[in-house]
Amino acid sequence: MVISLLTCWLVITVGCKKNDNEAPQTAIRFVVPSNFPTPVYQFTNNTVSNAGFDLGHRLFYENALSIDNSTNCGSCHQQFAAFANLDHQVSHGVNNCFGTRNSPPLFNLAWQQNFMWDGGVHHIELSALNAFVNPCEMANTLDNVVKTLNNKPSYPQLFISAFGSSEINSQRIFKALAQFTGMMVSANSKYDKYSRKQNGGEFTNDELAGYALFKQKCSSCHTEPLFTDNSFKSNGLELNPKDAGREIITLASADFGAFRVPTLRNVALTSPYMHNGSLSTLAQVLNHYNSGVKNHINLDAKLKQNGVLGIPLSATEQQKIITFLNTLTDNEFIHDPKFAELPPL
Amino acid sequence: MKSISIFKSLTCVALICIIASCKKNNNEETLAGQGKVNLEFENKVGDQELELNTGAYTNANGDDFKITTFKYRISNITFNKADGSKNLIPESYLLIDAADEKTTLQTIEHVPAGDYVSMDFVIGVDSVRNFAGAQTGALDPAKGMYWSWNTGYIFVMLEGSSSKSTQADNKLAFHVGGAKAPNNTVRKVTLPFTAGGLRVRSNSQPEIHLLVDAAYLFKGTTNINFATLSGFHGGSDAVTIANNYATGMFKLDHIHN
Repeated sequence: MVISLLTCWLVITVGCKKNDNEAPQTAIRFVVPSNFPTPVYQFTNNTVSNAGFDLGHRLFYENALSIDNSTNCGSCHQQFAAFANLDHQVSHGVNNCFGTRNSPPLFNLAWQQNFMWDGGVHHIELSALNAFVNPCEMANTLDNVVKTLNNKPSYPQLFISAFGSSEINSQRIFKALAQFTGMMVSANSKYDKYSRKQNGGEFTNDELAGYALFKQKCSSCHTEPLFTDNSFKSNGLELNPKDAGREIITLASADFGAFRVPTLRNVALTSPYMHNGSLSTLAQVLNHYNSGVKNHINLDAKLKQNGVLGIPLSATEQQKIITFLNTLTDNEFIHDPKFAELPPL
Repeated sequence: MKSISIFKSLTCVALICIIASCKKNNNEETLAGQGKVNLEFENKVGDQELELNTGAYTNANGDDFKITTFKYRISNITFNKADGSKNLIPESYLLIDAADEKTTLQTIEHVPAGDYVSMDFVIGVDSVRNFAGAQTGALDPAKGMYWSWNTGYIFVMLEGSSSKSTQADNKLAFHVGGAKAPNNTVRKVTLPFTAGGLRVRSNSQPEIHLLVDAAYLFKGTTNINFATLSGFHGGSDAVTIANNYATGMFKLDHIHN
């Protein structure tokens, strides 16, 4: 009796140990940072799994998504630039085709109600489609993307691991990509540590002064903690914009020339700036708001108070705001190996 | 004794009741389960058959036209009984393409057995699904009829040409869609069935033969003049066309029970 109990115990103990040793990696999960609001995307019907995330990671860096096997998502969304496109005013797609707008950074997308500079895409799972089919991005068709992946020998197994069967369809491609892009959370900047009163979050006097100015001059549109109010506005960049912006989507003339208020997180890394990439430095951006704002027909009212165009900012104030903006850089995010570029399969 | 006999007779009544109710249940059982219904879509332009590329037609405004593409989505198919009860068929999303014969005869499964007097459906895709995430089946964007830059489904697409069109190559391109105010083009239609209705049983497969008249894009509430309107994607013009086709694009021809 005693012996058989002991045997049982041994079997159980060995069983436990074996399981522990076999655990290949910790289960990946989506965590809402304590200083963030409730996300828009809750991964409903698309629970994040290690295999689903890994497939999304693989697809994000897959050249075969483009018509000529030359371009992947990471081509215009580079990790070192917080997944924006450094040095590119507008995106540079296949066949040397240049798009019309600046490639936006990718992070905290689970908090975004809609996507693109004009907000035309209303769901994170469909945000990749535009890049697949735009003639100046990947110039592909969705049908062909599905066919191409079906013909690549390594993919069926990846889809089995992620979704339980080898079927490759657009829904699974989009869901895997959304697992990867939805998991891109950037919330470990110095500013975040300051907000959460963590080590490494001690602001200097200049940073504190810049933060106070920011709250006074900028935060009504670039609202904390995501640093955007998710609206679309004309910021007086051009008097007669060629790009109608949000109006293309809503067909409302009040939206002519209005574009998304972008997040300012990681803004020190995402040059050039504005929807058309027309400003190359943060100094130029601050200078635009101080003295460069044009009286566009739909100029946001906050940029035309008491008949004065723009937001008056002295040179010192501009410098202090830039000092604060530098605290929004999340070095952990841009070096996180989870999101790093993958070599081709 | 008397009370016992009352008890006995009560028991008898109860038994009879049970038997009677069993019988009733047995009768209903022949209507239990689910059946299939075939939906046949016969594409027309007025009285003429719709023939892609070759058919020559005239709209209500007197403008000539030809059709190269005619596709439409219907969804939320609901079968209604005489007592007012409704059976919405889950996941009933159909995409019909005049160029693809396979799509003009579709089978609706999981229809509760019963006798139905009418059907409802949405021309297009309901707002909830239109704004949901990645979809599959008839709603897979890889099947087309989808806007990637202004995400959403195209509900009805008619392309072709007219000598009156001022577009390059006299093209016509009507892409109706949009599920948001003020340009919401989701439309619901109800088709009453003829005498005898639709009989759905688990062991039979009735067929509903529908006539789909493309001419109703251009008449009904507003006659369309191709010289002034030859194409759009979404917007207020799409609403005009949706209001038109909601008045009569779909008609019941007959039912084979």
